[in-house]
Amino acid sequence: MNEVLEIAQAYLDLRGETCPFTFVRTKLRLEKMEGGEVLELILDDGEPIRSVPRSMKEEGHHIFRVEELPEDGAYRLLIRKG
Amino acid sequence: MTEETATKLEGLKTSLAQEAQQVRLDLNELKSGGFIKQTQRDLFTVRLRCPGGRVDAAKLSKAAELARKYGRGEVHLSVRQSIEIPYVHYQHLEELAREVKEVDWSVASCGPRVRVPTACAGCSYNPNALVDTQGLCREVDRRFFGTPTGHGKFKMSLSGCPIDCFRTREMDLGFQGIVEPLALPERCTACGLCLKACEDGALKMSSSGEGEPCEGPPVRDPARCTLCGDCIKVCPFDAIVPGKLGWLIRVGGKHGKHPLFAYEVAQFVSDEGVLALIERTLSWYRENGRGKERIGTTLGRLGLAKYLIEVVHPLGLEVIESSEERRRFAAGGNFYHGIA
Repeated sequence: MNEVLEIAQAYLDLRGETCPFTFVRTKLRLEKMEGGEVLELILDDGEPIRSVPRSMKEEGHHIFRVEELPEDGAYRLLIRKG
Repeated sequence: MTEETATKLEGLKTSLAQEAQQVRLDLNELKSGGFIKQTQRDLFTVRLRCPGGRVDAAKLSKAAELARKYGRGEVHLSVRQSIEIPYVHYQHLEELAREVKEVDWSVASCGPRVRVPTACAGCSYNPNALVDTQGLCREVDRRFFGTPTGHGKFKMSLSGCPIDCFRTREMDLGFQGIVEPLALPERCTACGLCLKACEDGALKMSSSGEGEPCEGPPVRDPARCTLCGDCIKVCPFDAIVPGKLGWLIRVGGKHGKHPLFAYEVAQFVSDEGVLALIERTLSWYRENGRGKERIGTTLGRLGLAKYLIEVVHPLGLEVIESSEERRRFAAGGNFYHGIA
């Protein structure tokens, strides 16, 4: 795999957020961006990481990087707007 | 007693007997047509036919109108998705039935017949759905609704995915959507989203172990996999795609005072396969059933193998033969069959 350093155009930390706002806030943030731009998104483990990525795929966006954050078990995702 | 009185008495007895006879006949006739006698004298509930629980606005308005006109201005939504109009006087049943026909609608069935099939929304609007429950439900209703079974009632339902909202395990015949994931490992980046999406713990990274790095691609445990497709739906790289897709067939379930859970008998069946199987099952039930027993009781009495050999195998479907294969569908519930 190519380890390409991607710099995101936007950043959204949704730790502590609940369904459906995890989805809604991500969607709204992406709506404000141009196609091809990258959003760095932080999601909690559990329900958010289980369900938000799928919703993003269904909306036509591409999650190309997923990393676990060792300090609190949350996840850092890089999403390219479709 | 005078002769005149005696003659009058005889005449009265005869006409009473005739009337009693007629009422008995009428009750059975009426019941077959979806009119159900209530506790209250002379009153009936009219059960309307709503396959898959999808009712357009014209019919919905008509139901409200009929309830106000002939009932007490309210409807009851039954557990099998039908709209029922209670408190209708028997004198109005014929008139009501005619008005129902005016909006291209009909009454449902009761008694020893195939009932209206029920179904979830399926892919008509549910993102979880794997198959078209509404479409197949309409076709099943069109072909089989009201068919006399020769024995007991016959209830069918369709669920679009393994969440199985429409309780296919409790049906005489139940159909549930399933999809087998197909791995394309060259596309996998080991992002791990599929592992997170899977509620059943059926996926593990190939080099998962104590202190080992996760290399991917993921490995699927077929014993835990419920064929729900959540992994397919999430994978951003299309490294997991749909493989076999179709209906899981369940037979022999029922609720009531002595509930039975159905047997899984075939998988990844097409819509055409489902229709052929229903037809064959109804013949088999007619021939092998006894009295008013449900088909689940028949299977318990004669053995599932007979049904598999005589119905499922000849249709060329992908058969679920053994109890080992069926066990995966028990999915960790406290699942019972034939145990009091």
